[in-house]
Amino acid sequence: MCKAVDTMKTITFSQATLEAMQEEMARDERVFVMGEDIVRQGGIFGQFKGLPDMFGAGRVMDTPISETAIVGACVGAALAGMRPVADMHFADFAGVCFDEIYNQMAKIYYMFGGQKPVSMVLRAPDGLVNQAAAQHSQSLEAFFMHIPGLKVVSPSNPADAKGLLKASIRDDNPIMYFEHKSLFSMKGEVPEEEYLTPIGKAKVVKEGADVTLVSYSMTMNLSIKAAEILEKEGISVELVDLRTISPIDKETLLDSVAKTTRLAIAHEAVKQGGVGAEIAAIVAEEAVDCLDAPIVRIGAPFTPVPFARPLEQAYRITPEKIAAAIRTMM
Amino acid sequence: MCAQPVRKEATLPLTKYSKETLTFFYETMVKIRNFELTVEKFFFDGEIPGFVHLYVGEEATATGMMANLRKTDYIQSTHRGHGHTIAKGADLKKMMAELFGKSTGSCKGKGGSMHIADFSVGMLGANGIVGGGFTMATGAALAQKMQETDGVSVAFFGDGASNRGTFHEAANMAAAWKLPVIFLCENNQWASTTPYRTTTSVDDIADRAAGYGMPGVIVDGNDVFAVYEAAKELVERARGGEGPSLLECKTYRIKGHFVGDPEMYRTKDEVRRKLDETDPIPRFENKVIKARAMTKKELEAIRKKVDEELKEALEFARTSPVPAESALFEDLYV
Repeated sequence: MCKAVDTMKTITFSQATLEAMQEEMARDERVFVMGEDIVRQGGIFGQFKGLPDMFGAGRVMDTPISETAIVGACVGAALAGMRPVADMHFADFAGVCFDEIYNQMAKIYYMFGGQKPVSMVLRAPDGLVNQAAAQHSQSLEAFFMHIPGLKVVSPSNPADAKGLLKASIRDDNPIMYFEHKSLFSMKGEVPEEEYLTPIGKAKVVKEGADVTLVSYSMTMNLSIKAAEILEKEGISVELVDLRTISPIDKETLLDSVAKTTRLAIAHEAVKQGGVGAEIAAIVAEEAVDCLDAPIVRIGAPFTPVPFARPLEQAYRITPEKIAAAIRTMM
Repeated sequence: MCAQPVRKEATLPLTKYSKETLTFFYETMVKIRNFELTVEKFFFDGEIPGFVHLYVGEEATATGMMANLRKTDYIQSTHRGHGHTIAKGADLKKMMAELFGKSTGSCKGKGGSMHIADFSVGMLGANGIVGGGFTMATGAALAQKMQETDGVSVAFFGDGASNRGTFHEAANMAAAWKLPVIFLCENNQWASTTPYRTTTSVDDIADRAAGYGMPGVIVDGNDVFAVYEAAKELVERARGGEGPSLLECKTYRIKGHFVGDPEMYRTKDEVRRKLDETDPIPRFENKVIKARAMTKKELEAIRKKVDEELKEALEFARTSPVPAESALFEDLYV
């Protein structure tokens, strides 16, 4: 995607998403964004700061606190020829407008026989940050990978955040764009030149020989640390950043497992019924003969996200927990 | 400014109506009625599968509104959507084929009755979810405003759907942003099997318009002239940038909630009485004949034309192929 000769700059994840919005809104006047607290606050995590000044109130809109109307109106606007970006404020609030997401946004293209795609992006900040507890901390991506018609992406770093958001805005399909709240302040190298990160393509972040560790979003960064711990113990970890959760890049996944013969999946979401379950099932169905050890899933315990620090700590996935789980496979 | 909804009646003398408009009224209402009765027959015969909800008795509402709309205006329909689709100008052949689950249907046999749509005439979809259309119509209106057209969007909904939270969110957003959307309530007295008044806080759904600072208007939904005139004012208002409104059309659902509904919740007498008293089609006929605005012969010619068109649609639907299995994976992603 980005060649070594590209000039790089260091910006935050939040700035990366802002650049994506700026570039795509400048490129295509059909693109607009609406959500709660975008204009005056610049987004609850500052991810929209400056956007209203650049594009005006007509294309950057503060909405009523009406998640159902936000998503429904974006679907309607998309059907009428616009390319909306909706901000969900917190991914947890998607429950309020679940019907608009999975019965309308996801199905309209198919159930109406391909008359018109719903070309929109739903940005959903998710994950644990600042002990926000049960209703402001969840990772809900597994719900959405269960719905045919949606594409689900979740970047782990500034470069992918920008490239995937740009690609999502240009994609004609409805996209769920999960951005982890604790990543907004993360700094990373991003190409100066314009680029897109392809949707549906996982990335081998680091090659390794003994075990494939698949992750995405914030937990990808924890997985990188876990791999460093394990390398010191002589365990060579191949790291796969899923980047797109649906459609899953089976090819990259199966190629890696064929090479390493072991598979671990780590995510912040609850383990039961999580993305890891789907990946494990794919590998069990299609490549069980390759495996030299049972598949291991590292995910949150089956509880709501607790508030108190020790409880949240017990709930949270850490590099040490990932490393410990992988040691059992060797 | 609009605390109480306004009750309106048709006031224009028939001489003010063009023959074209009168013909549209009659042809559309008859087309809807006969389409629905045909669908009912073929559902009972087992040729039309799925869940089917008929619009019989409510024809004047869709017709009166749609006579004010352009092809480029948008409508969001309901699960009782055949009437809206026909009145918006959709191709009957493709509609009928869709209901039969054929590959030549407007949705290639993937939607069926509850999910019928024809984007080529601005019909953005029926909806299996009661109250699903409010917010999407609002968004289509937002797009029309952003694109600086004078287009409007109409959200059709029933008395039952008026109790969904989506109504509140969409009405507030549309009013706050002065969007060109008309919320058209077809108060057909029945929320599925429940008399609406037992589960609804007000007699008139239009009372709720005041809560959003938008005008509310109530008309006899079985009088196509009354619907047309009231809708005209509200559509023109929306085109002029004056924002949304709520039009409540009082009507009555002659058929069951769905085809096959045993209708244990009302008597046959009630339905027969309503049909005798309020059926919009004879009311139209009597009015235009009495006023000498149309002749019996003209009406008969229209009915004949509709019969022919329906016959063709039926033939097309019945002889069309079912979708190939390979279509299962088509139109999932662009």
